Amino acid sequence: MSERGAPRAAIVDYGVGNLYSVRSACAAVGLLAEITGEKAAILAADAVIVPGMGAFGDAMDTLRRMDLIEPLREIAAAGTPLIGICLGMQLFMSESEEFGHHQGLGVIPGPVVRFATPHQRSEELKVPHVGWARIAPARAVSSWSEWPLQGIDSGEYMYFVHSYYAVPSEPEVVFSVSRYGDIGFCSSLKRGNVFACQFHPERSGPKGLQVYRNIADHITGHPPATVKTNA
Amino acid sequence: MSVRIIPRLEIKGPTLVKGVHLEGLRVLGSPEEFARFYYEQGADELLYVDVVASLYQRNSLLEMIERTSREIFIPLAVGGGLRSIDDIRAGLRAGADKVSINTAAIRNPQLIRDAATRFGSSTIVVSIEAKQRPDGSYEAYVDAGRERTGVEVLGWAQKVAELGAGEIIITSIDREGTGRGFDLELTRRVSELVPIPVIASGGAGRITDVIEVLTAGKADAVALSSLLHYQYLALARPNGSGLESGPPMASTKGYHSSSRILPASLPELKRHLEDAGLECRVAPVGAVRE
Repeated sequence: MSERGAPRAAIVDYGVGNLYSVRSACAAVGLLAEITGEKAAILAADAVIVPGMGAFGDAMDTLRRMDLIEPLREIAAAGTPLIGICLGMQLFMSESEEFGHHQGLGVIPGPVVRFATPHQRSEELKVPHVGWARIAPARAVSSWSEWPLQGIDSGEYMYFVHSYYAVPSEPEVVFSVSRYGDIGFCSSLKRGNVFACQFHPERSGPKGLQVYRNIADHITGHPPATVKTNA
Repeated sequence: MSVRIIPRLEIKGPTLVKGVHLEGLRVLGSPEEFARFYYEQGADELLYVDVVASLYQRNSLLEMIERTSREIFIPLAVGGGLRSIDDIRAGLRAGADKVSINTAAIRNPQLIRDAATRFGSSTIVVSIEAKQRPDGSYEAYVDAGRERTGVEVLGWAQKVAELGAGEIIITSIDREGTGRGFDLELTRRVSELVPIPVIASGGAGRITDVIEVLTAGKADAVALSSLLHYQYLALARPNGSGLESGPPMASTKGYHSSSRILPASLPELKRHLEDAGLECRVAPVGAVRE
């Protein structure tokens, strides 16, 4: 239970991994966060984090069974900070080609596509992409002044584990880009209250924790302590 | 794309141990102390391996994972004695990001598919411990390199990938703990065969071995133990205090399980990798304690 008045984040529990590292990261930056699959608790939260690992179709089926699809769309529309991580980011998109065709939450228009496998390509590219990759501001953004990437330098390394990536159809929502081999992809997106990243900030060391700190500052309304302006 | 350096912490009960050929264990200290140090030095991931893997010690391992995952914000994999979906779930619930399975996967390959479907491929790492046969082929071993299986390694690696594993850790039992270098041939053949990332393990004695396995060996990542552990011990305990096996040693040389091992720190290693043209994440907070 959180004390009355203190902002509280909900980490959506829909039966897929990595909830605990997300909670640890929230705890490390002093953000109260509750792991929950309850619709009422999610709707009442000051911020909602959708983590995730695993298969897109199964995840959507589970969200449907838990009656969470509409609540998440409502949260996106209502202006409550909504954060998607890894599979969570992919679920925000309209559709995915993972094991067939699946509808997503449709909060952000655009599909989720797979990295081409090695035999489809000349260059060897292992899938899943596992490891650290640099993030850089997208063309529409010269440096990050908006939460939650303020203070993060262009070219900072973040940790990725994925076989699929989102392709937003509106270029202006692309917040950061990254490369795997010769493929450039959208590594985070931002539209108003919605932020989503393909990387795992909770597993990206001190710089990743700073992303959580920025989220916490945004929710509590505190001005971020360490805004750096890029020259 | 960047290469990953993964400190491998072999755990027996509450302590960090290190052996040669996966046997002959020596007590090195507290796993969490090493884990914290490697995190600060820019480790890309951590791998905990329960080398005893007895059921009655399982809770202490899970508690250790829980504590580690609360204070170390890089991926944490855990392996050793995980037998079932329930064991895997317990590891993930404790805060591990990935699990590594070997014995249980060989005995029941379907476990790979079940686990990958349930928890996601990227959560499931299959560990293959290989020993070279007189005819040059490789045989997979289980139970920390103690028991042969008759399973041929390359065929098994391919099947593991088909069943949905996210990564393979390939360990050469022949080289493990010896400092004679990785088995480049073994690593390269596995890595070229499978479409998923391959982590090389076993045999690193010096920085050039690591560079070789990432280039000629085509590994996507390396797991290191002795090379890093002995460097840390030399830095943290120059007088050899804290070692539980045998009397305190007068020089750091005594820590080396083999005179072939030339210890190195993570920042030093990564500098050499970059000089060799390999991209790697530079430690954000490392070097401060070097």
